[in-house]
Amino acid sequence: MFLDSYLFFDSFADFLAMGKHGFYVWLCYGITALVILANVVAPIRQRKKLIDQQTRLQRREKKNAS
Amino acid sequence: MWEALKRLYHRMGSPKWFYEISAKWLPWFVVPTVGFLLVGTIWGLAFTPADYQQGNSFRIIYIHVPAALLAQSAYAMMAIAGAVFLIWRMKMAAWVAASIAPIGASFCFLALITGAIWGKPTWGTWWVWDARLTSMLLLLFLYFGVMALQKAMDSEESAAKAGAILSLVGLVNIPIIKYSVEWWNTLHQPATLKFTEESTMAMEMLIPLLIMIAGFYLLFAVLVFMRTRNQVLWHERKKNWVKQYMQSRADK
Repeated sequence: MFLDSYLFFDSFADFLAMGKHGFYVWLCYGITALVILANVVAPIRQRKKLIDQQTRLQRREKKNAS
Repeated sequence: MWEALKRLYHRMGSPKWFYEISAKWLPWFVVPTVGFLLVGTIWGLAFTPADYQQGNSFRIIYIHVPAALLAQSAYAMMAIAGAVFLIWRMKMAAWVAASIAPIGASFCFLALITGAIWGKPTWGTWWVWDARLTSMLLLLFLYFGVMALQKAMDSEESAAKAGAILSLVGLVNIPIIKYSVEWWNTLHQPATLKFTEESTMAMEMLIPLLIMIAGFYLLFAVLVFMRTRNQVLWHERKKNWVKQYMQSRADK
């Protein structure tokens, strides 16, 4: 690919090693990925729970009314 | 112009309007969020040259700086929303403030933890009690305090008020964080990004940083939308429009 020549690292192993700083760099990016994931998943689950709860409640109310 | 702004303000106060419009806006925020974060991460990790002093550990900047900036702006936005709630009693503002708090706290945590991990190879230590780090830790505790208050009281109204007041008081900490690197001697390096003068960073390092900052702010918008939409559904659950909305989802 044409972007190859702009890559900073010579090999994938080099990329993973990040000089001597692989541990620090990948730890940071890993934690960030987890924090972002948690932030996205939390409101989706909350929304699902809320809708399930409310529809169940509404169904019960309807049944009681009839 | 003024009339248009006033109209927008009144609409913003309507939970139903927000719920409907945010559903339309969300995809327009999600797509660029993913795009910016992917491009910025790949660029910063694989294409940008290493720093001549710090080597590859400097690549942590692409999450550390955006997270720290966002943690502070989010705090300011939360305080402003709190003020709007206190002054004009706009409920939507209280819900937005409640949505921002956990998101801002998690980015503040991210700034602190990536800073600590970056500090180890750069300064030889995970943590020092210097002005920048301490004031940033205080920001995290302010977030926790606001979150606790927002859930604390018997009535939602007074809980939201208490949270808003603490968030406004804590606003003093924001300029302290910003100028901490200038007022006190600190290990932390001075600001890399400057609005008024030229940045002290090479272009090839700066561009991916700006992309990541944009990505983080877009992500923040998405997350605030998602949480505020949940707040609307919860608080308006007894209103007819929400009931009908739930019904239409159940029928599917």
